[in-house]
Amino acid sequence: ASVSESLGNIRPWLQKVTTQAKTTDSKYFTTTRKGEIFELKAELNSERKDKRKEAVKKVIASMTVGKDVSTLFPDVVNCMQADNLELKKLVYLYLMNYAKTQPDKAIMAVNTFVRDCEDPNPLIRALAVRTIGCIRVDEITAYLCDPLRKCLKDEDPYVRKTAAVCVAKLHDIDPLLVEEQGFLDALKELLADSNPMVVANAVAAITEISDSAQTDTAADMLCWSGQLINKLLTALNECTEWGQVFILDAVANYMPTENNEAQNMIERVSPRLAHANAAVVLSAVKVIMKLLEMLDPNSDFVLSTIKKLSAPLVTLLSSEPEIQYVALRNINLIVQKRPDILKQELKVFFVKYNDPIYVKLEKLDILIRLTSAANIANVLAELKEYATEVDVDFVRKAVRAIGRCAIKVESAAERCVSTLLDLIQTKVNYVVQEAIVVIKDIFRKYPNKYESVIGTLCENLDTLDEPEARASMIWIIGEYAERIDNADELLESFLEGFADEQTAVQLQLLTSVVKLFLKRPTDTQELVQQALSLATQEADNPDLRDRGYIYWRLLSTDPAAAKQVVLAEKPLISEETDLLEPNLLDELICHIGSLASVYHKPPAAFVDGRGGGQVAKATKGLPSRLAAEAGGAAAAAAGGGDFGAGTGAPGRPAVSVIPTQESLIGDLLDIDMSGGATAAAAMAAASASTNQQPVDLLGEGLDSLLGGPAPSATSPVPPSGASAAAGGSGADSLADIFGGLGGGVGGGLGGGGGFDPPMETWLPAQKGKGLQIEGRFLRRGPQLSMELRLRNNAMQQLNGFAVQFNKNSFGLAPAQPLAMNPLAPQQSVTTLLPLNTKGPVQKMDPLLTLQVAVKNNIDIFYFACLIPMYALFTEEGDMDKRVFLSTWKDIPPENETQFNLGSYAHDADTASTMLRSFNVFTIAKRSVESTDMLYQCVKLTNGILVLAELKIVPQTNAYTLSLKSRHVEIYPGVHEAYLAVLKG
Amino acid sequence: MIGGLFVYNHKGEVLISRVYRDDIGRNAVDAFRVNVIHARQQVRSPVNMIARTSFFHVKRSNIWLCAVSKKNLNAALVFQFLYKMLEVMGSYFGKINEENIKNNFVLIYELLDELLDYGYPQNTDTGVLKTFITQQGVKSQTKEETTKITNQVTGQIAWRREGIKYRRNELFLDVVESVNLLMSPQGQVLSAHVSGRVLMKSYLSGMPECKFGINDKVIVESRRAADSSSAAGATKSGHIAIDDCQFHQCVKLSKFDTEHAISFIPPDGEFELMRYRNTKDISLPFRVIPLVREIGRTKMEVKVVVKSNFKPSLLAQKVEVRIPTPLNTSGVQVICMKGKARYKASDNAIVWKIKRMGGMKEWQLSAEIDLLNATDKAKKWTRPPISMNFEVPFAASGFKVRYLKVFESKLNYSDHDVIKWVRYIGKSGLYETRC
Repeated sequence: ASVSESLGNIRPWLQKVTTQAKTTDSKYFTTTRKGEIFELKAELNSERKDKRKEAVKKVIASMTVGKDVSTLFPDVVNCMQADNLELKKLVYLYLMNYAKTQPDKAIMAVNTFVRDCEDPNPLIRALAVRTIGCIRVDEITAYLCDPLRKCLKDEDPYVRKTAAVCVAKLHDIDPLLVEEQGFLDALKELLADSNPMVVANAVAAITEISDSAQTDTAADMLCWSGQLINKLLTALNECTEWGQVFILDAVANYMPTENNEAQNMIERVSPRLAHANAAVVLSAVKVIMKLLEMLDPNSDFVLSTIKKLSAPLVTLLSSEPEIQYVALRNINLIVQKRPDILKQELKVFFVKYNDPIYVKLEKLDILIRLTSAANIANVLAELKEYATEVDVDFVRKAVRAIGRCAIKVESAAERCVSTLLDLIQTKVNYVVQEAIVVIKDIFRKYPNKYESVIGTLCENLDTLDEPEARASMIWIIGEYAERIDNADELLESFLEGFADEQTAVQLQLLTSVVKLFLKRPTDTQELVQQALSLATQEADNPDLRDRGYIYWRLLSTDPAAAKQVVLAEKPLISEETDLLEPNLLDELICHIGSLASVYHKPPAAFVDGRGGGQVAKATKGLPSRLAAEAGGAAAAAAGGGDFGAGTGAPGRPAVSVIPTQESLIGDLLDIDMSGGATAAAAMAAASASTNQQPVDLLGEGLDSLLGGPAPSATSPVPPSGASAAAGGSGADSLADIFGGLGGGVGGGLGGGGGFDPPMETWLPAQKGKGLQIEGRFLRRGPQLSMELRLRNNAMQQLNGFAVQFNKNSFGLAPAQPLAMNPLAPQQSVTTLLPLNTKGPVQKMDPLLTLQVAVKNNIDIFYFACLIPMYALFTEEGDMDKRVFLSTWKDIPPENETQFNLGSYAHDADTASTMLRSFNVFTIAKRSVESTDMLYQCVKLTNGILVLAELKIVPQTNAYTLSLKSRHVEIYPGVHEAYLAVLKG
Repeated sequence: MIGGLFVYNHKGEVLISRVYRDDIGRNAVDAFRVNVIHARQQVRSPVNMIARTSFFHVKRSNIWLCAVSKKNLNAALVFQFLYKMLEVMGSYFGKINEENIKNNFVLIYELLDELLDYGYPQNTDTGVLKTFITQQGVKSQTKEETTKITNQVTGQIAWRREGIKYRRNELFLDVVESVNLLMSPQGQVLSAHVSGRVLMKSYLSGMPECKFGINDKVIVESRRAADSSSAAGATKSGHIAIDDCQFHQCVKLSKFDTEHAISFIPPDGEFELMRYRNTKDISLPFRVIPLVREIGRTKMEVKVVVKSNFKPSLLAQKVEVRIPTPLNTSGVQVICMKGKARYKASDNAIVWKIKRMGGMKEWQLSAEIDLLNATDKAKKWTRPPISMNFEVPFAASGFKVRYLKVFESKLNYSDHDVIKWVRYIGKSGLYETRC
């Protein structure tokens, strides 16, 4: 002990020597001894200023490398009063880091802050106000208001610009306080400040506040007048590069009301395209792209503006690689929206040998989008070059791109195919496999044109080890079995290893063997029997088994029909692939330059929304032409999808989930009411009667047959996820039949356990000409039904009831006609309408909307209701733990979303049981440090799997839900469902 | 906006960590290290999402610079800021490496405090920052001084302070072009462009207003239209068509847009005035003609001809031709007419260096390459392109400075008193010929 003590005495001296020896700071990183905290404490309380400063530096260094130095809090705070600015800054840095963990001690610092806010030196005033906003301690926040108010009106612009940002900080901590104290108005006043940097920071603060606004006042902060926009655009000239970005990003939210105004704005923003900062350029591009939507696309002005955009975008490609990457991701969007802009600039997207891989892959994508008959020769020569490079991913993509060229430009298809054949000759394994996959696509686009190459393909059978390539090859063999002499031998050789193949390959093999049999029935009977028995008797996969049975029955009952089904002509695949969905594209165009445009995902998919995110009023949708005012407004709403979207667009009716009468009628007019009803009735009858089971199975089989081997997507082999879904629907049919029975027998009203939501009024009497409809969705076992309470408020009898659904997201349809006796005046009747999910599917927005038409002797009435998500959870949600784990891993992590469910009294087991009754299956349970984790799985009627991790912290009973699925759009629904169930 | 900034060394140890926003937890520092720096497979994007947090990174030598956010922020702005931060740090303490960062960590924290507020970039101009943040600690200032500083930091002309005085008013202009070429083996130009930069060093007193004139077609013609009478006789030749140009923030962009005039008040010292890009009528200084013959499995013959294609009176310098060789090369015999050629096994290339080369010359190199018998057929040599480096004393795009006029109304020196120097340098960018 005495040695270490004496060492401790020497140490300060040593330190001093080293300080003099090399006046550097790196030594602070090297302290790792025991007892160091104690020593630091002594040094912090030293009499000497320089020693204290050294000690604070050491503390900051320890903090940086992640050591916990929070115990030194009081000692460090003591150093705060120093008049040395450098030391003060370091102490403040420490405070920002640890104040939250020591709120009671942080209070000690308040006085110094308040005093510093009055310091004669503006740098110190600003420093104080900048730091105080970062100390997120409630007690301190209260003291902050007065100094902040003074600083917002400070004579020095440096203090004002710092105070502007501080308002945003404070809003993040306590939004209500900011409003009460009138800081929002003070911030608005700063927009008119004489100093450009103050204006820019005020703009940034306002944008942030209105984004996370929870009240209308805050949300309205961004609703600016044309006059203000004008002023801000003038301020652009004087701002720093960053200020220009803030202003441009904020201005992008403004919707001009007249053509002239939009044109004027474009003229004033376009000089920014020549700025050296790529962020300024991209933000200017965003504003212009948005405004262009409003103008006549054929006007000279628009055409000349489009011309102006191309050069700056190309220039971005000569900047640093990271900026190039951001630019390329954005160009990918811009090219999809307005292909004209860059169609002349193909060559700049040629890949350079030294480009980083992420730049190469993006360039390749854009290259394909810009390919046309005019430039195909150049592109093809390039792609051929790329296909010989080293990076495997890049080479694969290049090969795939050649295939896409063939599909896109018919005149070049032949050249593409011969290029692919050349590549196959290289015998490089992954090149060959990729080439075979794309050649299969080419066959699907140009059937019966390039079969001559099949011979070459068959030579490479042995090298194929990837499922997609194997499946493609097998598909080709089956499709052209009549022209391949040894097709039976080839398929037989594949069949030998049937059990080891992946499902996609097995399915394809089964189908191809059946195709072969139908084409050459004489000598392949044995083969087909072998395949069918493998599929039906030895496979565990229900998907495969079902398909096997279907083929078997089909072949044994009616070979002619089988031929019609299996060898039916397939739809051609479309030319443009990989395009973003138009709505998403429009939304992303509004986010050019931002992270959303890099991920190609809407911000909602990766940003945790704050409580009242929907209140945000900024119009984020692309505007439409200004010609018709109302039309524009409606389009803005459609593009935005935000609830309160578009205060910028005047005169728009309040948005609700129920669409206008006209559009609904338009949709439903296509369906003959009575005809539709009888069809539904026929179907229901079929599925309800047991003795017709085989027929029905066949019917369902037809569907899955048609959907299975030849879906309309590009790939004839469904990826395993999709095939599971298809299989799910196949399996559903059986369950439906039995379920239908069960429902018929035991499905009385209000029977069984489970949770019955209260009835909602769907059609009020005044709209229904006296007919009032209330309803709710129920699930009894596997049977989903709609319970309706019809009340006759009219003076006459109502009869002749029928019900019809519009296309909806989950294909819900009535399983039988509405059984209703005539309804006397003032009579009310409750009836149960069983539903199935075999109706036509169309994605609705909101997702769960169901539009319903009810007919009676008076009129046809339309209403819309929301299907509760839990009604769509099926019995098939249970799965093996390992399957769960691998599925979880398969889903990309960016699909994961977290929800806070609040807290509930039930423990994990109760919650699990409660959820189980709604077909939420708990696959596994784990306890980590007294926190319970439930791993759960839900399967929707259309086969979508949702995996969930429910975290329950026992002390607080706080429930946190993480969802993972391939279809993120259903998350809100699932979240709601969880809430509903847990609340009981 | 930016939620936090981290700096790591190549091992993934944190050198600097500054968190600006509450939504960035302490585990974010580790998340980046584990998922990016230590990732088993090299990360293939500069933007990565880990647990709903986005990480933007830039790597310079062994240093990782990483910005973090949970919001949908402006991605271009983040990268531009990271570059700017590297620039600022570089101008304060030179090379960006672990030692320098550790030695200056207090300074870096101080800078970060000023560069970003709540994750919003503020003033990032080195010249201005140096007026109040120094390596020797903060100067104590009088009231007038601090007001001057704050006005400048936030001011309209944030890039120049008032009261600059030089005994000799002088300015230097460097037109630096990098010539990029991709040529097919048959000599067809697949793509070629020049990216040029105009670098200026200004040592001028007061607040001078400068006007800069170049031989761009659009600018010249609009000028001529403005005063058509005087310039009617001028010939049309000698003008180039610039595809696109970008300017330092001191240039009044709105004036350029309306009047095609480049006018500005320059920062003091060195800065990049403009950047431009040109794809038309480029005079390519060199042409490389490759001839590769594979003789059997174990031998290759390479012949490369380099032609210089500019005025005989001019002299190119630092000419270097890199001829890639297969990975299984066992030996190389090179013969060249001029310069020195050597096989560099570590680079898998023959490097041919020529110190000086006049215009309109044609020199040749031939080499025999012995190969080890390639056992693994899958590892085929992909024939990377032959690349070239050089420096020539002219602008390949034909870019010319027509004038640079200096006006300073308050001080009594005129345009004639300013000493001006203009220099043209043409460098190779990616100058490649496929073989």
